[in-house]
Amino acid sequence: MPGRVSATPPVLELLERLGARYGPLVIHQSGGCCDGSSPICLPAGELPPGPADVLLGTVGDTPVYIDGDQDERWKRPELVIGLSHGAAMGFSLEGVEEMHLVVHSTEGR
Amino acid sequence: MAIAVDTPTVFAAPGQPGSLVELKSRYDNFIGGEWVAPVGGAYRENLSPATAEPFCEVADSTPADIELALDAAHAAKDAWGRRSPAERAAVLDAIADAMQENLEMLAVAESWENGKPVRETLGADLPLAIDHFRYFAGAVRAEEGSISEIDEQTYAYHFREPLGVVGQIIPFNFPLLMAAWKIAPALAGGNCTVIKPASPTPWSLLKLAEVIEDVVPPGVLNIVNGSGAEVGRALGSSKRIAKIAFTGETVTGRLIMGYAAQNLIPSTTELGGKSPNIFFEDMLDADDELLDKAIEGLVLYAFNKGEVCTCPSRALIQESIYEEFMGRALERIRAISQGNPLDPSTQIGPQVSRAQLEKIESYVQIGLDEGAELLIGGHAPVMEGELADGYYFEPTVLKGENSMRVFQEEIFGPVLAVTTFRDEQEALEIANDTMYGLGAGVWTRDGSRAFRMGRAIQAGRVWTNCYHLYPAGAAFGGYKSSGVGRENHRMMLDHYTQTKCLLVSYDPKPLGFF
Repeated sequence: MPGRVSATPPVLELLERLGARYGPLVIHQSGGCCDGSSPICLPAGELPPGPADVLLGTVGDTPVYIDGDQDERWKRPELVIGLSHGAAMGFSLEGVEEMHLVVHSTEGR
Repeated sequence: MAIAVDTPTVFAAPGQPGSLVELKSRYDNFIGGEWVAPVGGAYRENLSPATAEPFCEVADSTPADIELALDAAHAAKDAWGRRSPAERAAVLDAIADAMQENLEMLAVAESWENGKPVRETLGADLPLAIDHFRYFAGAVRAEEGSISEIDEQTYAYHFREPLGVVGQIIPFNFPLLMAAWKIAPALAGGNCTVIKPASPTPWSLLKLAEVIEDVVPPGVLNIVNGSGAEVGRALGSSKRIAKIAFTGETVTGRLIMGYAAQNLIPSTTELGGKSPNIFFEDMLDADDELLDKAIEGLVLYAFNKGEVCTCPSRALIQESIYEEFMGRALERIRAISQGNPLDPSTQIGPQVSRAQLEKIESYVQIGLDEGAELLIGGHAPVMEGELADGYYFEPTVLKGENSMRVFQEEIFGPVLAVTTFRDEQEALEIANDTMYGLGAGVWTRDGSRAFRMGRAIQAGRVWTNCYHLYPAGAAFGGYKSSGVGRENHRMMLDHYTQTKCLLVSYDPKPLGFF
């Protein structure tokens, strides 16, 4: 299935490191306050996708989801997930490495 | 909030000669009334966003430290929960007194760590936080249970009892005020708390702990710093808490509610918004103080550099007044002074982190790509000297349509999305066309219209002819995807207690079934 999400090489390397430490992973695109609009990377079992979540695709072996309403309001974007320095405040796993995921997106098809 | 600043000179940064703020090189966790080194022995550099330079180290804890804090809280909870309301109120008042005595010191610490201008911490953050403790000190003493007469010989006595030990996760945008919002009602209700400050702002709450450590009984208030991924998760998912409160983004909000469901405990989540600020044409009927207030009301999107859950980040202006009203607002925006947050004349400081700055930059680009018109700002300014590497972004205004992403997504920066509306009906449609519903502003000289709009806007707080006021006695919280639960107001005592019903029969006669 051709996805609507991809990741930069540093993200793919990060996901391998995090996967070795925490097991299978999942990424949920967030919204709202503070770190809102950032991708949040979690152990896969931590937040199973709900019925309203849309699967955008996978990066490496990691599935990436977005809330369905959010997907519509973001106009079904294509996301590119990147990595930058400095921890964010949420529960996203890359914070333990003092990094944060960022999302670059373009309007979708 | 009154902005009263009469200090003419720039405050010295914490640890610098002449600073009001003493600085140690390293800060431990605050557990059981003691300063406790993290079990794993790790610390993390803590930056000021004004310079991007580290100024101290703070504990980088592990789940074992959360367990220590929970041990301390559980050891303290029975004695604290039995204290009379008057005794608990006295502790809250003592916290407020200690904060008042150290107001300038705490304001400088908060400003340097978060980047918010010291005129805001002096005039808003600290006075509001202090008042929050005083409000709940008063409120808890005025609480009463209730008695229901079931029948002549049967009575239901209702008591409010503490939950026990609660977990509270604080955001980075108002590290002290948001902590006060959570600590004051929890302690007033007779609970002990374990707090996880936000990763970008772990320190100012520790400075507060230094000034109140002698007035809060050991174990009642515990602070553990570390990453959200490990320490926040350990706290939020713990079987040893009776409630979890969280402010932040939606995915972690869902996680928190999931942990609460798994542990069968209550949660409150405050998850942000995209608040509309609506200006009707009658605002221009007079050139008076109220018009001036409305113009400032629009510019309040730059308050705390836009890092506010209720940032009025969508301005809806009636098209008949758009040119003149926006022209005057842009004049005011152009005059915003940006610089060292410790300079009392600075009106906008740096964003809290590089993560935030990068997000803001990317959103401005998204807006421009979607065809929004840049009216002012749009860039990271060139700063001089020690501020050169700070996380600054210019106050920015984009004009466009409500369907654009910059109108739908919370940017959490000084970026205003402005659009126009024809009439009241269209204003309402635009205002409600969002996933969120935390705050809103309505500006009009017509009281009936203000009431109609206020009732019809789907948001938990509708400011009417004002904005960004946060009195302790006014309920705050979200509709729609902006979270579940409320903060502020004495109703919080209900959220931080549970109901005990003593159902008593004074009738000696058996029921007769067996």
